[in-house]
Amino acid sequence: MAYGIRLKVWGERACFTRPEMKVERVSYDVITPSAARGIIEAIHWKPAIRWHIDKIHVLNPIAFESIRRNEVGSKVSAANIKKAVKAGNTAGLVNYVDQDRQQRAATILRNVAYVIEAHFDLTSRADASDSEGKHLDIFNRRARKGQFFHAPCLGVREFPANFELIEEEEQLPTTAGELTGVRDLGWMLHDFDFSRESTPHYFRALMNDGVIEVPPFRSEEVKA
Amino acid sequence: MSAINNRYEFVFLFDVTNGNPNGDPDAGNMPRLDPETNRGLVTDVCLKRKIRNFVEMAKEKESGFAIYMQEKSVLNNQHKQAYEALGIEPVAKKLPKDQKQALELTRWMCRNFFDVRTFGAVMTTEVNAGQVRGPVQLAFASSIDPVVPLEVSITRMAVTNEKDLEKERTMGRKHIIPYGLYRVHGYVSAKLAQKTGFSEDDLQLLWQSLINLFEHDRSAARGEMAARQLILFKHESELGNAPAHKLFETVKVERINGASGSPAQSFDDYRIVLDAEAIPAGVSVEELI
Repeated sequence: MAYGIRLKVWGERACFTRPEMKVERVSYDVITPSAARGIIEAIHWKPAIRWHIDKIHVLNPIAFESIRRNEVGSKVSAANIKKAVKAGNTAGLVNYVDQDRQQRAATILRNVAYVIEAHFDLTSRADASDSEGKHLDIFNRRARKGQFFHAPCLGVREFPANFELIEEEEQLPTTAGELTGVRDLGWMLHDFDFSRESTPHYFRALMNDGVIEVPPFRSEEVKA
Repeated sequence: MSAINNRYEFVFLFDVTNGNPNGDPDAGNMPRLDPETNRGLVTDVCLKRKIRNFVEMAKEKESGFAIYMQEKSVLNNQHKQAYEALGIEPVAKKLPKDQKQALELTRWMCRNFFDVRTFGAVMTTEVNAGQVRGPVQLAFASSIDPVVPLEVSITRMAVTNEKDLEKERTMGRKHIIPYGLYRVHGYVSAKLAQKTGFSEDDLQLLWQSLINLFEHDRSAARGEMAARQLILFKHESELGNAPAHKLFETVKVERINGASGSPAQSFDDYRIVLDAEAIPAGVSVEELI
């Protein structure tokens, strides 16, 4: 944990969609390591480094809320774009939202706050100019100043994440009393293996007094 | 046109008088409510829809400002004809296997469509380049105080079907909020703008669309909606000079008439205070309304 960071993230709403319930989205009880990595990468990331989530501290009680929205039913077809590029105009290339509408409910989290503990490794794409200290400094500097590459979000982009660096000497914020004890959150998405066509990997999330230990991605506990 | 070089955040305040700013399909089109606090909600996508509609109207047929996600109410026939002429659905979904080709398609989409350049779009390709993440992100809007939705019954002097003729008239319902002031936070990432080519002109158009968001969106359901204040935080650098939440906290909406936490009657019941001293160095504030 020499190059570890601790980041507090919080927001009014969050949706860490369960892959098995993604049509009418239902959120996991807590943030997934994958979403936590996304938040950190929104602040600082380079191909030379890879972030690993070590621990997730859940600070607030877990509460849900439901919201239903009109969404579009289909995605932009690449073939249609190609046709339009050839024709050189955009006339045909539209999607009429009210002819292709789906109403979807989402069961989302309310008032979430987490502390993410993470560290990074240098990857094979690191060159001589990349040192661990450098990237750690960049991250800490950005997180301290509130800088980011793009606004980090809690699962989906309509739920922005606030964040704050927890300095090394600083105490961790306390977890809500309701979360004491051991809670089995079941199988949860760990992350995707992008080297193998985005295969999802899962792990058994156990929350102990609000703290989830995240096993290393390539470890025994993580199943594809 | 080069992309923007500054990060922005904005606070946008709008209000509704005797109208329904955003119906909840789960609750029979009642205005959306936060069940925990009884404050009104307007979703991000609802506001994005209005921005698209405004841009489509303002930049009618100007090249580079087409709108991909169209609403039928603003559809023009020429578009429809073209759509039908081209409407043969292609079967192959994973078409551009070639990364370079996919990238070209994405670039072309960004160049031609304002909404793809601004909000992003998901395109059906297996390759990464088929997905665009736009620089502009909106959160949910929520009202400052709790709102009280009213159900107003109305009558119609005509009937739809002949067999109902003897009934003489039909009853309908409208849901309105007598008054609500809503606040929404937005983010503009310069780094993502550089990827989609979101330019200074596009940014100005975005502000214009927010200022005029409701001026061209009048309808029986909406009542009177008005943009009340648009406060921009411009960071000197691309990555930003201060945490977004710190900037948002400098804008306080104070209740000056009536007990705070009770439903307000009008915009006069509020005062918007910007704590200029709390603005960190490297961030400039601009009030566009």
